[in-house]
Amino acid sequence: MSTPTSTPTRTTGTAAIVGPGNIGTDLMFKLLRRSDVLEPRYMVGVDPASDGLRRARSVGLRASHEGVDWLLAQDDLPDVVFECTSAKAHEANAPRYAEAGILAVDLTPAAVGPYLCPPVNLDFNLDAMNVNMITCGGQATTPMVKAVSSVVSVPYAEIVASISSRSAGPGTRANIDEFTETTSEALQVVGGAERGKAIIILNPVEPPLMMRNSVFCAIPAEAGEPGALQDRILESIHEMVARVQDYVPGYHLRADPQFDPARDLWRGMAQVFVPIEVKGRGDYLPDYAGNLDIITAAAARVGDIMVAHRLGVASTWKSSSELGDVPDPLVGAGAGAQQAGA
Amino acid sequence: MGDMTIRPEDAPVVTSEVTESEVLAHTPSGGGQRDLRITDSTLRDGSHAMQHQFTEEQVRGVVHALDRAGVEVIEVSHGDGLGGSSFNYGFSAVDEMKLIAAAVDEATRAKIAVLMLPGLGTVHHLKQAHAAGASVARIATHCTEADVSVQHFGAARALGMETVGFLMLSHKATPEKLAQQARTMVDAGAQCVYVVDSAGALVLSDAQQRIAAVIDEIGAEAQVGFHGHQNLSLGIANSVLAHQAGALQIDGALCALGAGAGNSPTEVLAATFERLGVRTGIDLGEVLSAAEDVVRPFIPRLPWMDRASITQGYAGVYSSFLLHAERAAERYDVPAHAILQKVGEHGYVGGQEDMIIDIALQLAEERAQLVELGDLAGAGVR
Repeated sequence: MSTPTSTPTRTTGTAAIVGPGNIGTDLMFKLLRRSDVLEPRYMVGVDPASDGLRRARSVGLRASHEGVDWLLAQDDLPDVVFECTSAKAHEANAPRYAEAGILAVDLTPAAVGPYLCPPVNLDFNLDAMNVNMITCGGQATTPMVKAVSSVVSVPYAEIVASISSRSAGPGTRANIDEFTETTSEALQVVGGAERGKAIIILNPVEPPLMMRNSVFCAIPAEAGEPGALQDRILESIHEMVARVQDYVPGYHLRADPQFDPARDLWRGMAQVFVPIEVKGRGDYLPDYAGNLDIITAAAARVGDIMVAHRLGVASTWKSSSELGDVPDPLVGAGAGAQQAGA
Repeated sequence: MGDMTIRPEDAPVVTSEVTESEVLAHTPSGGGQRDLRITDSTLRDGSHAMQHQFTEEQVRGVVHALDRAGVEVIEVSHGDGLGGSSFNYGFSAVDEMKLIAAAVDEATRAKIAVLMLPGLGTVHHLKQAHAAGASVARIATHCTEADVSVQHFGAARALGMETVGFLMLSHKATPEKLAQQARTMVDAGAQCVYVVDSAGALVLSDAQQRIAAVIDEIGAEAQVGFHGHQNLSLGIANSVLAHQAGALQIDGALCALGAGAGNSPTEVLAATFERLGVRTGIDLGEVLSAAEDVVRPFIPRLPWMDRASITQGYAGVYSSFLLHAERAAERYDVPAHAILQKVGEHGYVGGQEDMIIDIALQLAEERAQLVELGDLAGAGVR
């Protein structure tokens, strides 16, 4: 395996997180906990008063509010940068990372690089310089669409992602169109539907609601009736749920998938409805914020695999079963709660 | 310094020192003098009651009659706003862009408005509607989430559309909180902000206090409106109180055609305000005819205050959940009002129609457990 790095003897790589908000902070804890290959070294923001920068310093990262200019001026550049800002910011930053030879794992909906969803398409080009993690809703739902579309044709897939208002920071709010558009496209490109539609709902109720995702797929009329085809779809869904649980243990079916027989209004197609709930691990925000876990866990895993490939070492990614479902001692119970919604 | 933060102000907003004269310029007073502008939502909120099956012929008929009666703004969209045609909310029989274009074609004086909910519709839909001839953009968010609409107000203003903000389920926010949210919308470019009683849950002074608080906050920078529902039979009374508190735009629908127990009937608003000496610019005879002769004949079921819709008003549940709850009730054999009661307890907001199935499944399971335990009375078995 070729490993084009400047220090061939290295067995670990370094990471920078750009954007110290909810997503960036949660990702930092995931990397500290789950990867032996990736050392999170830098946290970069623009606000000197940022709680995320303070928190990063407290666990030993070098943190600056002087932006990407500061990061790129460091003598020791990171192997990978995780972009946790906004679609617009990543569009501006992406060429600069590429010029500096830094791999970019993009957690905004900018979609500069190809879409990645670990349980569906980890067989991607490991030498890519920029990959995109879709959206939290996309990470939660494209695996279900893929599970259905690998058994029957799915002419149309629709998802509704409901997240707690407290877990939606200003980036998500300013990017809401980008969220729906990027997720819709990923339902096609990654999920295998011919057409996709995505809807996001913010709910402010207290105590906060868990992240919920409803997946609706149009399926052939035959699959709307009980029988072997329906059984194969169910089996495929359950198998995919287990694959997602490998890195997001709180991912589960809220109820059995519901099949509805064909209707004229659905152009003669039947429907399957898959209700998903994502309970977070509480790495940063409390467990209602499964929307953070599902995208940060996917990004951390992808970063680990890609950097391991560049270093010529094995990925050290720890699956959920290896870690056990216990809170991180670094964080303390509900440490992020006071910063929720920041 | 590299720009990487996430700031709402990064959205393409036409920011705006909106002056009173600009607001008035964007909300002309039509043919004659009037004190209040009524927007008719039969062809948008009524879409819920029609299960989104409006035909082009029905749309043309309603627009023709409203336009003739002097109604200045007519809203046409899927019930859940642009892009609402879906499994979750129900598919439209006819593409809404086609219905909007037909409405624009039919209207001689009235402006055609569209509704959009950020998170469901996008700026792309807004541009399509504008291209089809719509000239008023009504942008709706849950009453505490106004900041998701910033990019859409900016886009609508850039398109040259008149803008209206819609704070849905307003009963869930205090008057003070609502006023802050209205401020966010006005700063983003809204020329009017509506207190929207999506659940028909505001009882008289609840509505009036919210209108007053929003007016206190935004003053003459933008107008304030009220959108009522009839779940507790207070749509008209709340509208009158809203106007008395200073609201200058009021929503109605012919024959109350709308979600839940329906909207404040446009024809009753016209009659009531006329009796109060408040000029709406609407010809009463014509609008009564529009309701009686044009809309009434095609309505499959008149909106009504029945057990389920009263429960919505009482428990504060988004009105458009009604027919979804009835369908789930039939499929899973649990009462619709029980589903709606639970929806209220869980605090689900507009757009979460998918949670209705979830609740129906839970209720069905609870009932099965009661049967297993031999509690037939508890399970509703007689």
